[in-house]
Amino acid sequence: MVYQQIKYLFKKEVKLEMRNKYALGGILLYVVSTVFVSYLSFKQIINPATWNALFWIILLFASINGVAKSFINETRGRQLYLYTLASPQAVILSKILYNSLLLTVLSVLCLLVYSLFIGNIIQDLPLFLITLLAGSMGFSSLLTMVSAIASKTSNNFTLMAILSFPIMMPLLMVLIKLSKNAIDGLDKWDWNSLFILMFLNLIIVTLSYLLFRYLWRD
Amino acid sequence: MKKNWWKIIAFVFVLYTIIAGFLFKVPAQPILHESIRNLYFHVPMWFSMMTILFVSVWHSIKYLSKSNIESDIVASRAAHTGMLFGALGLVTGSIWARYTWGAWWVADTKLNGAAITTLIYTAYFILRGSIDEEQKRARIAAVYNIFAYVMLIVFLMILPRMSDSLHPGNGGNPGFNKYDLDSNMRVVFYPAVIGWILLGVWILSLQIRFEKIKRKIYLRD
Repeated sequence: MVYQQIKYLFKKEVKLEMRNKYALGGILLYVVSTVFVSYLSFKQIINPATWNALFWIILLFASINGVAKSFINETRGRQLYLYTLASPQAVILSKILYNSLLLTVLSVLCLLVYSLFIGNIIQDLPLFLITLLAGSMGFSSLLTMVSAIASKTSNNFTLMAILSFPIMMPLLMVLIKLSKNAIDGLDKWDWNSLFILMFLNLIIVTLSYLLFRYLWRD
Repeated sequence: MKKNWWKIIAFVFVLYTIIAGFLFKVPAQPILHESIRNLYFHVPMWFSMMTILFVSVWHSIKYLSKSNIESDIVASRAAHTGMLFGALGLVTGSIWARYTWGAWWVADTKLNGAAITTLIYTAYFILRGSIDEEQKRARIAAVYNIFAYVMLIVFLMILPRMSDSLHPGNGGNPGFNKYDLDSNMRVVFYPAVIGWILLGVWILSLQIRFEKIKRKIYLRD
């Protein structure tokens, strides 16, 4: 039952996104232009720590912009209609799934453009890609939940940032550590950190699943 | 009087902490010297903060299940009181850091954890401030409070694994256990912890009463 709902809601998200492509185009262009601005100010970055930090900061801001609209742009009428049809769990899970897809596309594009302009210094690409994928999932579940919270307030874009930054820190620190390992090309994968990353993703999704039902109805 | 015995304990223990903390004998340690006395003030601040923030989250959960506005008042006031102790913990820690590590602030996991805690609860207050309707504010703030608290606990748990720390109790640095050899400090430290926590609960109960009266007057007018 819930699976069915998630499937339909996910399809709905994709369809809506395809219908007004300018939003998707906007967020993709945001990444490209941010990277280009960094390129003009930094030229090439050889220092791994700086490369890594700048990459994640660009991705962080792009993700916030990309996910922020997931609840904020929904009209009240459409939300009401949705809530009479589907269970809150299905709504939040489908949004998380859709945003994971969006952020995965976004982060891969970011990586491509970033390594083209700023320089590619990654030595262990598989690990970096895994980190990127897990990071996109974590970002998407956390930001979807925060955007649901922020959409209930009056100044939601400012709140989106200030509410999400502090609670994103654990995720971001693990991601930065793992991607730094990938850049340095360490012989052994840090399974401990990978495990923590998966654990964090699991916690965030569980919390969203449990708490969203208190948010959705006014 | 029967109900207020714990307030007397709080008063006596905190007074004892201040007197004994400054006058009793402490072990002579290199670098720390007399600043070791800050242990009785700095560490209990964080214990009290975590206790009171737990009260806050507990009442947020209670609000979500019962929708009783009094739980929301407790949750928000507890967050305020917790932040008061957090600020005191930062100040005492900063002074201690200046005299032992040589800087007011150093890049350190424990300190980052403290900073993140402050940021999270400041965001919580801003979130509360930006919603006007009482029930809606209570519900949404409760959701954020629970979400943020769990993330905070996870952060405080995984952070020490991520990097080394100068702070006692991390990365091979001796924690409080080292001073256990000297039971002189225990005699003051344990009452200090209990005293400060009880004092925090006392401040919290006054704040809750004040807030409830304010709400009553507001509803009457």
